Amino acid sequence: MRSIIALALMAACGPACAALNIFACTPEWGSLAQELGGDKASVYTATTALQDPHHIEARPSLIARARRADLVVCTGAELEIGWLPLVLTQSGNPKIQAGQPGYFEAAAAARLIEIPARVDRAMGDVHAAGNPHLHLDPGNVARVAQALAARMSTLDAQDASTYSGRELAFQARWRESTVRWEREAAPLKDLPLVVYHKDLSYLIAWLGMRTVGSLEPKPGLPPSAAHLAELLAVLKRTPARAVVRAAYNDPRAADWLAGEARLPSVLLPYTVGGTAGAKDLFGLYDDTIARLLAAVQ
Amino acid sequence: MIRKWMCFTAFAMAVPQAHAQNAFNPSISLILQGTAARSSQDPANYQITGFAPSGGEVAPVPRSFSLGESELIVSANIDPYFRGQLTAALTPENEVEVEEAFFQTLGLGKGFTLKGGRFLSGIGYQNEIHQHAWDFQDASLAYKAFLGGRLNDDGVQLRWLAPTELFLEFGAELGRGRSFPSAESSANGVGAWSLFAHAGGDLGTSTAWRAGLSYLQAMPEDRAFEDVDSLGNPVTQSFTGTSKLWIADFVLKWAPDGNATVTNFKLQGEYFRRDESGSLTYDDGTALNGAYASRQSGWYLQGVYQFMPRWRAGLRYDRLDHGSVDNAIVTGGMGPGAADFGPLMTAYNPTRSTVMLDWSPSEFSRLRLQLASDKSRVDVTDNQVLLQYIFSLGAHGAHRF
Repeated sequence: MRSIIALALMAACGPACAALNIFACTPEWGSLAQELGGDKASVYTATTALQDPHHIEARPSLIARARRADLVVCTGAELEIGWLPLVLTQSGNPKIQAGQPGYFEAAAAARLIEIPARVDRAMGDVHAAGNPHLHLDPGNVARVAQALAARMSTLDAQDASTYSGRELAFQARWRESTVRWEREAAPLKDLPLVVYHKDLSYLIAWLGMRTVGSLEPKPGLPPSAAHLAELLAVLKRTPARAVVRAAYNDPRAADWLAGEARLPSVLLPYTVGGTAGAKDLFGLYDDTIARLLAAVQ
Repeated sequence: MIRKWMCFTAFAMAVPQAHAQNAFNPSISLILQGTAARSSQDPANYQITGFAPSGGEVAPVPRSFSLGESELIVSANIDPYFRGQLTAALTPENEVEVEEAFFQTLGLGKGFTLKGGRFLSGIGYQNEIHQHAWDFQDASLAYKAFLGGRLNDDGVQLRWLAPTELFLEFGAELGRGRSFPSAESSANGVGAWSLFAHAGGDLGTSTAWRAGLSYLQAMPEDRAFEDVDSLGNPVTQSFTGTSKLWIADFVLKWAPDGNATVTNFKLQGEYFRRDESGSLTYDDGTALNGAYASRQSGWYLQGVYQFMPRWRAGLRYDRLDHGSVDNAIVTGGMGPGAADFGPLMTAYNPTRSTVMLDWSPSEFSRLRLQLASDKSRVDVTDNQVLLQYIFSLGAHGAHRF
């Protein structure tokens, strides 16, 4: 009898009164949280793949959503430093403040690269903790998934078995896919690329590709005419095979350089939702590799 | 605060011992500002005709080169329950001014946040935005005339955020009333109080908005200013009574797909209405006292467009309406006439048009050219041109919407 009532309640509830209300800063963590939470989690993603994750504003809608969140899932490593602190302090929600169980940073579970030995703004907008675009390394996604599932179980002990079960299933699928991606991407090894920003560093490191240059003169500074001319000269000496950019980057500089250097200009989804194919984390990796392969074949 | 915590915990992983103590240092940022200006009228004799002098720093920047206020912002979480912040301005006159020094709760829950100390009031829209983040070098005429530039009283503020998808926030403040429209006094109790409500949300992914309604009530006692009568003899005028200010504000921000890096647009406007009633004392050696009531208003509308990365252009229009002033000293025939109340009773509607162009080499630096045609003074046009720099050093700031 009791189980029938519980079932009826669940059917009446829907996702609106799911056990865990999750506020994800970026689409990759929103997608992962949904993957792990299933119907036990109601996930709100604060930004889209078409928005530069460094330049988000503490919009009223984000503050309103954070007010009701049980768990905030963000990247950390100062990626969200320009807006998240304001959203948290204005939310009036003690559960999601830094240091509380309801505050989760992916960077704390991941392995970061490009940690600067010295920090100085003359180097551009560098992140003292290391490169925050860490979700394009499948190893990091697996590490974050493990830590996130554990955190969700802590916050919602009742559904802990759901989260750990879904995490196991996700990890198995992810491992299998990673092996496949590495096999498919074998031709990309040593591929020289021109990037827009250092937001593809993890992908490049994972697949053994190389960076010849970057459209940004320094991290966080928009491409300038002088720098693009310099880059073109560099490409004459050290040729690249493609100019790659994320879905949120301005296409003009990338397309101009690609045209001048006679290289394919490749748009990569960067995160979930960046292209039609990047529907979830699996699609993100599938589509990224397919686009790189298509460009160089 | 959080950013510091994030920065240093991660940094401590890389450099395990060396920074263990520094990790608890608050996050510190420093703003450097300055201007080079020319104007056709001397900023030293600036006044907004028809409106009681607010006593605030409302005059345009001095002519020639001049240092702006250097702001030092220090903030951190105090413990799991509170966060604290100090904003100190080192003025070009070699003084230190405490603009903000407050604590704020982190753990009240249910959407409540309590703030105490000195802080930028939550009324209006621009009031809570730090000067270095303004889109024009100076405040709008309405802020200058009705709030002396901005309101940062000593007191407490309670905010409540509704648990709704639509952003709905309500706030109340109690303060000592240390500055205009109040007057510093030694009385017990509350000198000024305010209420405000904000609503906001998104319209699709490209547009976000916020609108608000605020009310400020002050009970100034002997709010005085020095003036001269129609013959040039010095007089002191002082107001005692009740000052009620209503502000309606809105801001709308647009960026293609919500990505503001290449182009974006911001439209912002506020309307002020003030009713004052009480008594006015006119003292040119012998003090006269009579009933006084006024109803005045003002508004501004401004738009700022980023037309390519690094470059923004902006346009602002300001207008104040003198409205009605009822002065029993004049109407009752006690002696002085309307001409003896220059600043208060000249029926004049000040206006100003401003354009600006700014260039931001990075997130941390900005250079601005601003031109204005300022008709704050009756029958005089002040043409102003200025170059401004704003640099921010240290911790990465987070700016309010």
